[in-house]
Amino acid sequence: MTAIKLALRNLIGAGLRTWLSVIVLAFILILIIWQYAIIDGWDKMAIRDMIAWEIGGGQIWTEGYDPYDPFTLEDSHRALPQSFIDDIEKGNMAPILITQASIYPEGRIMSILLKGIDPSQQVSELPTGKLLEEYDAIPAIIGRAMARDSKLNIGDYTTVRWRDVDGTFDATELVIADIFKSDVPAVDNGQMWISIDNLREMTQMPGEATLIVTDQDYTWTGEESGWVLKDYDFLLKDMREMIRLKKVGGSVFYIILMLLAMLAIFDTQVLSIFRRQKEIGTYMAMGMTRGQVVKLFTVEGAMHSILAVILGAIPGIPLLYYLARVGYSMPAGSDSMGLPIAETIYPAYSVGLILSVMILVIITTTIVSFLPSRKISRMKPTEAIKGKLQ
Amino acid sequence: MNNSHIVITEGLVKHYPIGGGYFTALDGIDLQFGTGEFAGVVGPSGSGKTTLLNIIGSLDSPSEGKAVILDQSVGELSQKQAAHLRKKYLGFIFQTYNLLPVYTVFENVEFPLLLLNMSVSDRRKAVLDALEWVGLNDKIKSRPAQLSGGECQRVAIARAMVKKPRLVLADEPTANLDAANSHHILQTMEKLNKDLDTTFIFATHDDKVIKYLKRKITLEDGKVIKDEIT
Repeated sequence: MTAIKLALRNLIGAGLRTWLSVIVLAFILILIIWQYAIIDGWDKMAIRDMIAWEIGGGQIWTEGYDPYDPFTLEDSHRALPQSFIDDIEKGNMAPILITQASIYPEGRIMSILLKGIDPSQQVSELPTGKLLEEYDAIPAIIGRAMARDSKLNIGDYTTVRWRDVDGTFDATELVIADIFKSDVPAVDNGQMWISIDNLREMTQMPGEATLIVTDQDYTWTGEESGWVLKDYDFLLKDMREMIRLKKVGGSVFYIILMLLAMLAIFDTQVLSIFRRQKEIGTYMAMGMTRGQVVKLFTVEGAMHSILAVILGAIPGIPLLYYLARVGYSMPAGSDSMGLPIAETIYPAYSVGLILSVMILVIITTTIVSFLPSRKISRMKPTEAIKGKLQ
Repeated sequence: MNNSHIVITEGLVKHYPIGGGYFTALDGIDLQFGTGEFAGVVGPSGSGKTTLLNIIGSLDSPSEGKAVILDQSVGELSQKQAAHLRKKYLGFIFQTYNLLPVYTVFENVEFPLLLLNMSVSDRRKAVLDALEWVGLNDKIKSRPAQLSGGECQRVAIARAMVKKPRLVLADEPTANLDAANSHHILQTMEKLNKDLDTTFIFATHDDKVIKYLKRKITLEDGKVIKDEIT
């Protein structure tokens, strides 16, 4: 307690020297919390968007289907069992049939995934109701990224060519019925959505599907052979891994910032011990042990971080609150990264995040303060009192 | 041991290593100091005055012989025990005052009491008493940089006396002061010596200090060559 009292007194007495270090630490603390919260916010938003647009309450795939291997599409389709049909009719599931195709916007050839979905489905946020509207061609909906890449707009026509179940090429005309805005690239990039009935007819795969998206209440009984349940752990694994890697990559930035701040604290401590030898000798003459003086200097250094937490909270709380309200606008082109990224990411602060960052900064500062303070334990009080360099 | 002696040295020797050999700073010192003495160790520079004070103050240990302070042999004390002895029973006054620059006068004087874990009210009373002894009640909020040399040394005296130690060791306390301030300081210490019965041991070669001493021990080349009551 005495060490804390004395350290606080010394720190406040040191004036500008203390406050400069404290301000730098407070700034870094706020920045680290904000950056971590942005990544956590991104993580949460990405999961929410993926659930809303792509994976629902989970997916059931035909055996052998691999979204990363287009060659598996040829065989990854099968007739829906009756139990699935019942659930589809109740609106608890949405079957999706997928085939490879080519479109020819503005005379260019473009490979796409042509996906058929039930227009009346309620499982995904895809605006599939547009597929029910009457057109003189097969209505299709595409995402904004696909619209940008293909230069297609609402009302535009494009030729689509595909192969049916026997491998025979065929072609027809599609009309863009709607362009939807989704932050999930897996339902947008290089994809066109049409009615599953149209696609079944086109590919001669009546009553078949490649995968099924379930709603949140669906319980898998595991009784349907040829179909495999893919739960959240599996479906979100890649995205979580990529965000984890982003987090690690982002850590480099604030590790550098922390290193700079710690260098400043270390430097302040070394300078303090060098300049305050007479003071150290006086402490010993007045009855402090070397260990107590080491503790005093370590606490002094560590208190920079405590003061930074207190000082940082003054502008930090309103600032972080404001940033949580307005969010962080992602730079243009971020949606081409292949990850679900919203145009604006809202940071997600949690008590755990804030406490862990604070504890990290306090522990690091304490260690950095302790290292130079150990030199005191080798000082002779008689020399220190005179301020002689040792 | 004679109970009235708070400091006893017997055959006290202190060597310092220099190059391949060593330098003898103290060479067989036999001395006793009683309670309430106002004594000084005098002699030219390098005679061993400060070394003797450092050993008596348990800041250094003897190479040979014994230094017993308040029944505790300095050479046999651990670092913690020596620190405890200094904290409780000893006060130091330095030539360069050694005040803590970021503390106010009040905080500087309060410091030894913080180490003794005294209550806030007891600390406050003791500090104000000590500052009254040295006549600095009006400067409690000043910092050392705002004080004159004489005032700084008076703060240092208050800091040394605030815990009412049994023994005060003053190493060249007037070396940085003019005559008027030196006399003022010495009169203050003389009064405290009388009022509180605290033992004062000075290390000095300043004639102004020597005039106030009741006992003068002359050192030369680490040996006592004269020990006289004045």
